[in-house]
Amino acid sequence: MEIISQIAANFYHFLQGQMTKMWWKVGTVILLFYTIIAGFLLGVPDKYILNETIRNLYFHVPMWMAMLSVFVMSVFYSIRYLDKGLEKDDLASVECVNTGMFFYVLGLLTGMLWAKYTWGAYWSGDPKQNSAAIAFLLYCAYLVLRNSIDEEQKRAKISAIYNIFAFPIMIVLIFVIPRMTDSLHPGNGGNPAFGRYDLDGRMRAVFYPAMAGWSLLAVWIATIRYRIRLIEYKNNSLD
Amino acid sequence: MKKLLFLILLTLSNIAVFAQSGTGPEMADVFRSSGKIYVVVAIVVIILAGLAIYLFSIDRRLRKIEKEK
Repeated sequence: MEIISQIAANFYHFLQGQMTKMWWKVGTVILLFYTIIAGFLLGVPDKYILNETIRNLYFHVPMWMAMLSVFVMSVFYSIRYLDKGLEKDDLASVECVNTGMFFYVLGLLTGMLWAKYTWGAYWSGDPKQNSAAIAFLLYCAYLVLRNSIDEEQKRAKISAIYNIFAFPIMIVLIFVIPRMTDSLHPGNGGNPAFGRYDLDGRMRAVFYPAMAGWSLLAVWIATIRYRIRLIEYKNNSLD
Repeated sequence: MKKLLFLILLTLSNIAVFAQSGTGPEMADVFRSSGKIYVVVAIVVIILAGLAIYLFSIDRRLRKIEKEK
């Protein structure tokens, strides 16, 4: 327990220290440039039905990875808020969720467009799609709940607890339940994931940098939102 | 460092080795032979560059405001 809290504290100070630094933002942009150029131009396996849309793997899946990254950070800050009771951890947590919701919508929309041309319809009531929609509402409820409480500390505490519970439920809805039933989505319900046949070395060379690049971009946007929020908070508390 | 470079070289080598099979599902080979996919890539790169510059400038303005505090 002692070690875990020590690691968490170190991680926290690392995040706070690197937030305004330049190096990882430059790295993010380089990764994204590489992803887009290589994602369009490098070779991909030839597959029926998928054809060139297999390249969506470099763009659709990283949206979910980006969402997941900021949601994990949000849970981290929520736990820290409950531990230390610092207002700024609550602000960090909610701004991570806000950024995550943006990438959530992008993930849903890109998934729908891809589904239209491979599964035949934008929305076919697939377990993966339905679960993703339910989990989306779960996080909408988080934001509504949060905004409905006026008292600052109560709001922070209740939304931190809600957030910590919402995260595992979202994971189960999106990544576990579709695997247990029939789903068209790759990697679910007996469908092979891309890793099985299609994700050969050429695709891995683009896919992993794409996952890292888009995740870092989401973190970057979240830090900007958090810093703005912090200034707003300080201005409001001075008045 | 040498090991790392060698690893990167090996990882990338499969790109060159992978030959396009003659028969199989139709891919965008024709489209590419006309050479215009690069136009799309260039446009997306411009958009990304614009967004990156935009984000960096927001970041810089924010840092300035934070310093004033």
